[in-house]
Amino acid sequence: MSQGVNVRLPQIRKLGETSRTDNWWIQPLLVFLGFATFIVYSTWAAFQGKHFAFDGAGAHYLSPFYSPLLWDPPGMHSGHAWFGEAPSWLLSIWPPFMAFSPALLILWAPGGFRFTCYYYRGAYYKAFWADPINCSVGEPGFRKEKYRGEKKFPLILQNVHRYFLYLALAFLVLLAWDAIHSFMFTDPVSGGNKFGIGIGTLVLTINPILLGGYTLGCHSFRHLIGGRKNEMGDGIGKKAYDCSSCLNRRHMLWAWMSLFWVGFTDVYVRLCSMGIWTDYRLI
Amino acid sequence: MGKATFRIWTGQAEQAGFKDYATDVGEGMVVLDAVHQIQAETAPTLACRWNCKAGKCGSCSAEINGKPRLMCMTRLDQLDLSMPVVIEPMKSFPHIKDLVTDVSWNFRVKKSIKKFKPRAPDAPDGTWRMQQADVDRVQEFRKCIECFLCQDVCHVLRDHHKHPEFAGPRHFVYTAALEMHPLDTEDRLGQMKDEGGLGYCNITKCCTKVCPEHITITDNAIIPLKERVVDEYYDPITRLFKMFKPRK
Repeated sequence: MSQGVNVRLPQIRKLGETSRTDNWWIQPLLVFLGFATFIVYSTWAAFQGKHFAFDGAGAHYLSPFYSPLLWDPPGMHSGHAWFGEAPSWLLSIWPPFMAFSPALLILWAPGGFRFTCYYYRGAYYKAFWADPINCSVGEPGFRKEKYRGEKKFPLILQNVHRYFLYLALAFLVLLAWDAIHSFMFTDPVSGGNKFGIGIGTLVLTINPILLGGYTLGCHSFRHLIGGRKNEMGDGIGKKAYDCSSCLNRRHMLWAWMSLFWVGFTDVYVRLCSMGIWTDYRLI
Repeated sequence: MGKATFRIWTGQAEQAGFKDYATDVGEGMVVLDAVHQIQAETAPTLACRWNCKAGKCGSCSAEINGKPRLMCMTRLDQLDLSMPVVIEPMKSFPHIKDLVTDVSWNFRVKKSIKKFKPRAPDAPDGTWRMQQADVDRVQEFRKCIECFLCQDVCHVLRDHHKHPEFAGPRHFVYTAALEMHPLDTEDRLGQMKDEGGLGYCNITKCCTKVCPEHITITDNAIIPLKERVVDEYYDPITRLFKMFKPRK
């Protein structure tokens, strides 16, 4: 704050310059590789528009990248679509250079939630923008005193995080429903649904559990359910705040586990749908 | 443990630079012990600030092998003594001499933050009633020993020299302790948003990593303050709700 520093400050160090003797570059490198892998794979999967549902042996598995499935692509009847096949008005405004993919209609919401997440922000500022590249390691010289942080445009928009949280909570319910739905298998004889468990059921069930650990430990959620108050007392509100705080202490771990698992769930459903993997029934 | 070399930043202004000192080291020694031994043996004018030698006064802050740490709490058996141990003064503050920096800017910033303003007493005898759980939350922030390692490692101060526009993690912790106090009625959010430059923090969590008192600075102080600023200035729905709610 404007309490002037009247003595010359030490020189600013150059990019990567540090007295640290440990392998400080490993952490940002791993984060970079982890995020880059997920971004590349999820983008590729989102543009595919096929192999997102598996109904072999009566299963009802839907990839989380495509849930909620608003419309099926033309000519497809996955059984998961809320409004059936994509309507002609939607197809008429769809960019002609790419195939219709329902994932592109919804992925901006969970993507926005993760992009504006406090943990991810700190992590990708380091790994992608070297801002800073790691603690007490020099930054790129061009930024220097022009640094704007999240105080000014564009990063001030990160404050929208809580609105993405509201959407993420809705997605959590929808993915939990998908997990419950995966316990139902169509009986080939009667045509009705019967309880069952396949490997895919476990995969789809772990997904909302990990996402729940991540979403319910979100800093904005923790604030909204009690952190915003100075006096919480010791009632149910305080207990909810304590539960969220407990998850928040491992927010980074939940963030990574849920990120990996949501990607793996898509891989599982996709490879089963393509006939490369077999979904073994346990019950 | 034998002999070890300490590469210490010595001198003043343009003449300052690294100088190697070799000294005997033994079991249980911390970096501050080695510096004192070097002062006694070969460098009587070597300046370093210290006081309690117990990690509670926050005086002996320095950078050891590039990491901001208290010299009195850094045991030599945690360091690789096969290479020189590099000891430097903090980088976010003006250098005075050797390992000493001028940290007075921090005290001036602290003075400028709005003071504690309790509500009217709850009882006729002038006392207040609070839930223990509500006090526990701010108790964490009161562990701060003002070593300013968090200020040192924060890249907003260290690399961008935003001292005129940014209060730094230490003062966000101080503000959070006041702002979340169950009795407090003052509003410091505008001050932190504008003069304190809370938005400059980009959540690198470096401050949390170096805190010798293990205060969860980013998650428990800075982000909750950021969220309160969002409530007050950026979230239209919360602002709408607040219009119908009496102010504290």
